[in-house]
Amino acid sequence: MSKPTATAAIDIRETSKIYGNDRASGVVALDEVSLVIEDNEFFTLLGPSGCGKTTLLRLIAGFEQPTHGEIVLFGEHLEGLPPYKRPVNTVFQHYALFPHMTVAENISFGLEMLDKPASEISSVVKEVLGLVQMDHLADRKTDQLSGGQQQRVALARALAPKPKVLLLDEPLSALDFKLRKEMQVELKRLQNETGITFIFVTHDQEEALTMSDRVAVMRDGLILQVGTPSEIYDRPARRFVADFIGDINILKGSIVSRNGSRAKVKLEAGHEGEAGLPTNAESLGQEVSIAIRPEQLSFVTEAAAAHLSGAIEHISYFGSGFDYQILMPTGEKVMLQSQNRGGENLAFQLGDQVHIAISDNSMQILAD
Amino acid sequence: MTDQPTTPVPLSSSVVAEAKRLRNARYALLAPGILTIFCIGIMPLSIVLVYSFLEPGDFGGVSWVLSFDAYVQLMFEEDIFDGTLSFTTDYMEIFMRSVSLALFTTVACLLVGFPTAYFIATQPPARRNAWLFLITIPFWTNLLIRTYAMLLILRDQGVINLSLIETGLIDSPIPMLYTDFAVCLGLVYAYLPFMVLPIFASLEKLDFRLVEASYDLYATRFKVLKRIIIPLAKPGIAAGCILVLIPSLGAFITPALLGGGKSLMLGNLIELQFGQARNWPFGSAIALVLMVMVMLSLIFYLRFGAKKGTPAHG
Repeated sequence: MSKPTATAAIDIRETSKIYGNDRASGVVALDEVSLVIEDNEFFTLLGPSGCGKTTLLRLIAGFEQPTHGEIVLFGEHLEGLPPYKRPVNTVFQHYALFPHMTVAENISFGLEMLDKPASEISSVVKEVLGLVQMDHLADRKTDQLSGGQQQRVALARALAPKPKVLLLDEPLSALDFKLRKEMQVELKRLQNETGITFIFVTHDQEEALTMSDRVAVMRDGLILQVGTPSEIYDRPARRFVADFIGDINILKGSIVSRNGSRAKVKLEAGHEGEAGLPTNAESLGQEVSIAIRPEQLSFVTEAAAAHLSGAIEHISYFGSGFDYQILMPTGEKVMLQSQNRGGENLAFQLGDQVHIAISDNSMQILAD
Repeated sequence: MTDQPTTPVPLSSSVVAEAKRLRNARYALLAPGILTIFCIGIMPLSIVLVYSFLEPGDFGGVSWVLSFDAYVQLMFEEDIFDGTLSFTTDYMEIFMRSVSLALFTTVACLLVGFPTAYFIATQPPARRNAWLFLITIPFWTNLLIRTYAMLLILRDQGVINLSLIETGLIDSPIPMLYTDFAVCLGLVYAYLPFMVLPIFASLEKLDFRLVEASYDLYATRFKVLKRIIIPLAKPGIAAGCILVLIPSLGAFITPALLGGGKSLMLGNLIELQFGQARNWPFGSAIALVLMVMVMLSLIFYLRFGAKKGTPAHG
């Protein structure tokens, strides 16, 4: 367990949330989770629905109380504090804007509740309206706004009281694709400009990878892996993490030799090479799952340079590239992703025998 | 091209006929509504209006002579001997008493009804219906019977006084019956569901995520109630207040039984004019003045009260 540092924004210590009477008959939404989130971090809780990510967020916000464990915010124990006494604010999934108030009134609400002087309120409202580029709509009623605009108001409202931590509960899920992309950039910019710690909850792996400083992948009330987006993507520790984030080929193989965090593996399909080894040690000779991202595979012409070979079984085109599904003699299938560089990929057709090379350092051993 | 001659389509005339047919159909469909409004709304009101400008008949009813006496009588007293008019506040007092008692009833209903409605609205859906059912059960009984029941509870030998004497808290019964308090209590009891139901309806629609959001934005429970819940429930509160205030103003069974006829209310006054006093025009005039007052205050509310901080969609 990591030690709380002076700068830790949130220190979650062996925290559980059980709905119902006890562990046996109730529902375990969060299972002894420990997590340290640093100050000024854009931290994402990523996982499928029901993994406990929203529960964790609600525990931090104070809407729910943990069954066990404790949550410390900048050194302050939050136990028993109601939401209105916690210096955190939430951007809700459905915005929850007050329909009987204008945009400006929505934003000033938190400041008014904190009994800030009127002059400060009006200047802060102006400032955050500028921050989310909504100056021109300050006097609109919230039901006259588009989804994207409502999203910005919700953000501004949560940022106005200058919380120590901003909690975002799948705030982009109701927006269309283009707007979502825009808001991703926007959120990252806001986090940089305000210096506030953001805790972002999402089930969208792409969102998690593009915005976060660090990501925690969750499942069934447990945190499976915490790391930077590239650690999570390139060095997934668990099969679930590898599967959940992006496309992945998982091939069978065995460990030949080990050297610290690296190991030499032999794929069942024939190739022998270096692979990353997760912390949970695997013994020699043991059969393991080895993950390779589809974009780490490429076609080679000479059989001598090939690591794998097989026949093309399926080709799908998705605009910026192609996915090839290749059936290997072992019966395993691998997916190869190649960029669309103007027709050259079309050289292959269904049934073609192809040779495939695996990029260096792209294999990763997975724990189950 | 076909050889068949194209028949000229009388486009304009067919469109006109269609429009006419639609209009007729619309009136036909509206007919039951219009008829109902006419029969139970406009017609009786017109009769009351006409009667208020006539002279009373000798044995009730009216005699068809144009007269403004009914309205004069509201403000002036006619000397029996020389027929001179002198200003009197007798009827004004009844008006004021009725209005203040009705307002008091409305406020009491609101104070009791809002928490009740809030409680029901925050119950799990299955239990809500049971609570609503309980609220409406007294309606199954006649108002007269319910008022008599109230009388039994409040009188000197009633449940409250007897139990207080039994427990030794008081020596002699507290006089409760035949007071304004009793009238007010009776009215609150009679009209409480009219307050609870509309408020419940608007609280039920309230998105409780907004409450959560305001907690998150540092609002204490009291502030959440004041700034979020009450403003959003305002349409229900307004409807409830109107539904309680108006019948309270005109109530006559409750004041007659529980007030003991000591303090005359508008409803009793009107009833008296159509009954023993046999002065139908005066009764009509009082009823109309009451109606105009209610209408004016409603218009005033809609004009000025509703603008401030009421939800646009309310």
